[in-house]
Amino acid sequence: MTENLFYFLTSLTLLCALMVVISKNPVHSVLFLIITFFTISGHYILLNAQFLAAVNIIVYAGAIMVLFLFVIMFLNLGKGAEKGVKTSTLSKIAGTVAGGLLFTVMIAALKDVEIAGYNPETYNSQIGMVENLGKVLFTEYLLPFELASVLFLVAMVGAVMLGKRETGEQHF
Amino acid sequence: MESVDLIYKAIYILAIFGVTLLIATYSTYFERKIAAFIQDRVGPNRAGPLGLLQPLADAGKLFFKEDFIPAKSNKALFIIGPGIAMLVAAMSSAVIPFGDTLIIGGHEIFLQAIEVNIGVLYIFGVVSLGVYGLMIGGWASNNKFSLLGAIRAASQNISYELAMGLSLIAVLMLSGSLSLRVIAEQQAGFNWNIWYQPLGFLIFLICAFAETNRTPFDLPESEAELIGGYHTEYGSMKLGMYLFAEYINIFVASAVMATLYFGAYNFPFMLELETWLVDATESAITANNIVTLIGTAVMFAKIFLFIFFFMWVRWTLPRFRYDQLMKLGWQILIPLAILNILLTGGGILLKDYLF
Repeated sequence: MTENLFYFLTSLTLLCALMVVISKNPVHSVLFLIITFFTISGHYILLNAQFLAAVNIIVYAGAIMVLFLFVIMFLNLGKGAEKGVKTSTLSKIAGTVAGGLLFTVMIAALKDVEIAGYNPETYNSQIGMVENLGKVLFTEYLLPFELASVLFLVAMVGAVMLGKRETGEQHF
Repeated sequence: MESVDLIYKAIYILAIFGVTLLIATYSTYFERKIAAFIQDRVGPNRAGPLGLLQPLADAGKLFFKEDFIPAKSNKALFIIGPGIAMLVAAMSSAVIPFGDTLIIGGHEIFLQAIEVNIGVLYIFGVVSLGVYGLMIGGWASNNKFSLLGAIRAASQNISYELAMGLSLIAVLMLSGSLSLRVIAEQQAGFNWNIWYQPLGFLIFLICAFAETNRTPFDLPESEAELIGGYHTEYGSMKLGMYLFAEYINIFVASAVMATLYFGAYNFPFMLELETWLVDATESAITANNIVTLIGTAVMFAKIFLFIFFFMWVRWTLPRFRYDQLMKLGWQILIPLAILNILLTGGGILLKDYLF
């Protein structure tokens, strides 16, 4: 059952991720990206990490993608895309060659990969629960965790700095 | 999971779904009756005794109206929009504990559809998705006023989600758990969270008004400037679904407030009542079941009180201006919520130090 669910979710994830790129309409792209986030949350639930699943939906699907949709609606990108974007033959050839090369490199790299399995006897199924996650974050990985928060602070200060009204500038 | 449990869960989920829809239906009736009472009118009184069949008449009217789709709209998204609004609204009542355990035939039945250890985050996640219904519908209508309404809804919801999340953190610090069942159990008797979190509750209440797009925060559909806001182009039952989703959201917001701050199904002297009932009926199971049923009734009474409060505010206060709304959210509520977190943390430390 779980295995079937995994393959169903994975194929859905890949399909939606592809549709993000293929869709002509940017709003459709964003909506497919939101479905992709949901399927990734489904993967987290399969791994028994409910906290990560919920936070993934709250942060990505609930906040960041709303802003994406917001900006796309404001810019009204849908109008231009309906006519179809012309791609020159040269960039088509370049794209094919680059994509093919990447494909070959990926196959070469993945050929000898060993998947790090897990030992069912020592594996802790509760590892994704919020208590365990909090303990790990605040003991073992305290420094990276705090540094990440400093990074967020810097980003916030930068955003305020950019959005601030300069002397003599008038918006309205 | 045993098949008996599975069947019980299925029945319970259907029952909660039905109750949610019923309460949302009659919210429309009481909204109009309360509006009439506040404005010194009679209100709906034609369909049935006291106008009680008015919601059915409204629904019938909406179903039989022409289902109109504007020519230059995005057809698929135009139809999906109200569907998402309705789906997301109906999803969130799943984790709310409407009562304590019932014991029937040796089976312990907890009156909650699904118990997850991240119940609060589930509610928060579902609420944050609610805005998609409005945004998709507003954009797909291909109408400037709809788009403006959708954009207003999106920015308003994102702004007030922050303050809402921060006010929830103070509750989580007190309870030490994300599970709504645990939070409800901790407030046994009269030990409600509101006594410890008055400021947090006030912030949560204001944010709940903003998240459900109710007056004084109903700018996404302010008819004076935007015709109808995001549902300008909608008619028939699609419009009905948008309006209905709003009432379901009010019900869920009331239930969440009752659970988090007003003791869920707990009521004063419930332990004394249970010991007295055990003596009176000489059966612990009957006593437990009676107390649980009273608790469920108390929970619904609290929910109805909050729904009434939502309506009372709607017909009392005027609407905010948009810059005032943003200023309230970002410059007043968020700093207050952070102050509330600091105060709560200080209070918890002080209690550890003194006792």
